[in-house]
Amino acid sequence: MIDFMLTTNDQKILDAVRREALVCRSYARHYDEHEDEFPPDELPEAGDFPPTMSLFAGREPEDTGLGVMSMLLTAGQTWGDYSVRMRRGKGGLGNAALRAAGTPEQQQKWGGLTLAMAITEPGCGSDPSRVQMTAVLDEATDEWVLNGEKIFVTTGCRAQGVVVWATIDKSAGRAGIKSFLVEKGAPGFIVSGKEKKLGIRADDTAAYVFDNCRIPRGNLLGGKEEIPQESSGGFRGVMKTFNMTRPAVAGIGLGIAEAALDFTRDALREAGIQVEPGPGIAAQSAAAQRFLELEALYEAAMLTVLRAAWLSDQGQPNNLESSICKAKAGAAVREITQGCIELVGPMGASREHLLEKWFRDVRITDIYEGTGEIQRLIIARNILGYGREELK
Amino acid sequence: MISFGPTEEQEIVREAMREFAHSAVRPIARKSEEEGLVPEDFLEQSWQLGLVSTQIPEAYGGGGEARSPITNALVLEELACGDAGLALAALAPALFAMPVVEFGTEAQQRELLPLFCGDRYHAASLALVEPGPCFDPIGLRTVAERKGDGWVLSGAKCFVPMADRASHFLVLARAGEGVGLEAVQAFIVPRDAAGLEISEPEKKLGLNGLPTGSLALERVELPAVGRLGGDAGCDARRLVNLSRTALGTVLVGLSRAVMEYAIPYAKDREAFGEAIARKQAIAFTLADMRIEVDAMRWLTWKAASRLEHGVDATREAHLARSYCARQAMKIADDGVQVLGGHGFIREHPIELWYRNARTLGVLEGTVAL
Ligand SMILES: Cc1cc2nc3c(=O)[nH]c(=O)nc-3n(C[C@H](O)[C@H](O)[C@H](O)COP(=O)(O)OP(=O)(O)OC[C@H]3O[C@@H](n4cnc5c(N)ncnc54)[C@H](O)[C@@H]3O)c2cc1C
Repeated sequence: MIDFMLTTNDQKILDAVRREALVCRSYARHYDEHEDEFPPDELPEAGDFPPTMSLFAGREPEDTGLGVMSMLLTAGQTWGDYSVRMRRGKGGLGNAALRAAGTPEQQQKWGGLTLAMAITEPGCGSDPSRVQMTAVLDEATDEWVLNGEKIFVTTGCRAQGVVVWATIDKSAGRAGIKSFLVEKGAPGFIVSGKEKKLGIRADDTAAYVFDNCRIPRGNLLGGKEEIPQESSGGFRGVMKTFNMTRPAVAGIGLGIAEAALDFTRDALREAGIQVEPGPGIAAQSAAAQRFLELEALYEAAMLTVLRAAWLSDQGQPNNLESSICKAKAGAAVREITQGCIELVGPMGASREHLLEKWFRDVRITDIYEGTGEIQRLIIARNILGYGREELK
Repeated sequence: MISFGPTEEQEIVREAMREFAHSAVRPIARKSEEEGLVPEDFLEQSWQLGLVSTQIPEAYGGGGEARSPITNALVLEELACGDAGLALAALAPALFAMPVVEFGTEAQQRELLPLFCGDRYHAASLALVEPGPCFDPIGLRTVAERKGDGWVLSGAKCFVPMADRASHFLVLARAGEGVGLEAVQAFIVPRDAAGLEISEPEKKLGLNGLPTGSLALERVELPAVGRLGGDAGCDARRLVNLSRTALGTVLVGLSRAVMEYAIPYAKDREAFGEAIARKQAIAFTLADMRIEVDAMRWLTWKAASRLEHGVDATREAHLARSYCARQAMKIADDGVQVLGGHGFIREHPIELWYRNARTLGVLEGTVAL
């Protein structure tokens, strides 16, 4: 049945998330201005709030699926702040990769760690098949020896380990790329820097150097050391990680965009501008119309995210839809936050309010986890029935 | 529960409509548009699908199925993907009959609904849009004044679907002092009402497969029962929201038609030694069409879902309709560009969809200034 109404149970959870998110928001400016500090793992107020997962007790069959709920929940959290959480969970991007590519034993062993994900290198971002970092097996010690550099690693400083992509055979192209789990403290694994950024400053973004870094042979995720015949077999496996992280990233951006819209709506109302669809086109101000346009954009993008998550809840493939929602949300949040500042005016650019921060924070949405252009590439190949070589 | 899954029954209906659009709608779209006529046998054929009668209560000869704005959205998208004008021609009677099902008094239902349960297409229509710039349903200028027990209607309507043959019009008019849609009521005006003048079919930029006409209402006197719902009246806001949502869905269908035409064309057409689809400027344009067709559809579904639950959908219907109007125009515009000069030639349907997108966008008023 096609339905877009939240149940009472759904609403209860989302309301609780928003209440928490407002607490987090009160710390937002501080960590934006103190980029060197890390937000605590648990805010002092956390004790007064039930853990999020406990809200999921007593779900009924008519309640919304977990994938869809987790998108709404994610957006609800970032509506408060991008990086400050009531309680910092264990999940990093690398955890998603471990779930997608790790053997059951590996998942068991490392699932409890916060794991970052390091694909990007100074010389390659959009085209991860060009990864230069190498992994060479030392049969004598049963170890992999890693050499190379990684940049832009989200939570790379705080993470307890990282999933890195490295090639075991450069001549094999993308088929030679494997993912490895490296725990902090491995010999030769150096956190070499921390970036200063436009936004999402409370989120640390690290640079790594691997200098003859040695890790156990069993740290190859999935355990398959051979290079698959079919040219992209293994690569496709690791790319699967993105089918749920892309919608999540889209949801994260949209939560921030919604905060910007809420702020702008209040500001317009205070100025006596009615922003409900209602007074009739001739009576509506240009500001109100522009605002409604941005609201529609938000809704449209959010629904594409929910669609991708819903497919995943149904156990259906959502590769195309993940890229659709990422592309849609990436562009939407840019236009929304840029438009909100325009509507609010000078106060929108003032650091007295968070709108200017949201405008900065949200800009990453269209870049990481594949830029908007890369998502369009994926979508276009899909609808045109083209392979990588036919459209690049 | 948030869910994007049609029921099995809805899937079957959707499949049937897709097939009908492919075999019976698209092939005649160009001819009917050029001639400004909707073929009689198309109307009869579409009537056999039971689009209108199934949702009329059994007591009046209908199928007795619950009215579902969502099922209607699925049906409209498919038919409009065949041709928007013909889709609206086939469904115009529903614009009249469904409000009667929803708000009519028992007497009104008894009198009117059996008309739509026969074997032949029966035309009736909704008269909402008015001439004059920046039309918006909220600022109706057609008024209904009390006269004794009855009503007197004065004003003008345009773009009334199937006006050339409708037996009845549901005329929306301001009936009282309140502001906005609260003051709007619907009136059942028979074709032969004294003071009602119906124009020749209008000549339009697009959508010529759907005959439309203007109505001049010159002190049209109606008895008390002339008001839909009698003393209780009707919820005009809901009527407008249903109409907006439906229009949004038509725009989804039209946009999908453009996309599904442009994709194989771009793969086939070569320039500079390769298919134009292999150039990012074209490929990304097509990707954007794909993204937006999805986004538009979910917006209309969300509005339809709220309407199905009987909760207020003013915001959702407004957003869906205005978003769809903007995006459909962009998609049709891009469609012309993907075909280049060939997009400008009437041998391809793209130029027709381009005109239709612009016409549909204002069919129910101005979206944005
Ligand atoms: C704050 C932050 C956090 C990040 N977190 C992580 C992380 O945790 N792990 C990780 O591995 N990476 C991470 N990244 C890296 C991020 O994924 C890359 O920056 C991104 O994929 C783009 O790569 P690039 O910066 O090298 O840009 P480039 O690849 O150099 O791209 C530059 C421009 O060219 C365009 N372009 C490239 N190829 C094409 C093409 N084929 N067609 C059309 N246009 C094209 C791009 O869209 C872009 O606009 C992070 C980045 C930032 C800024």
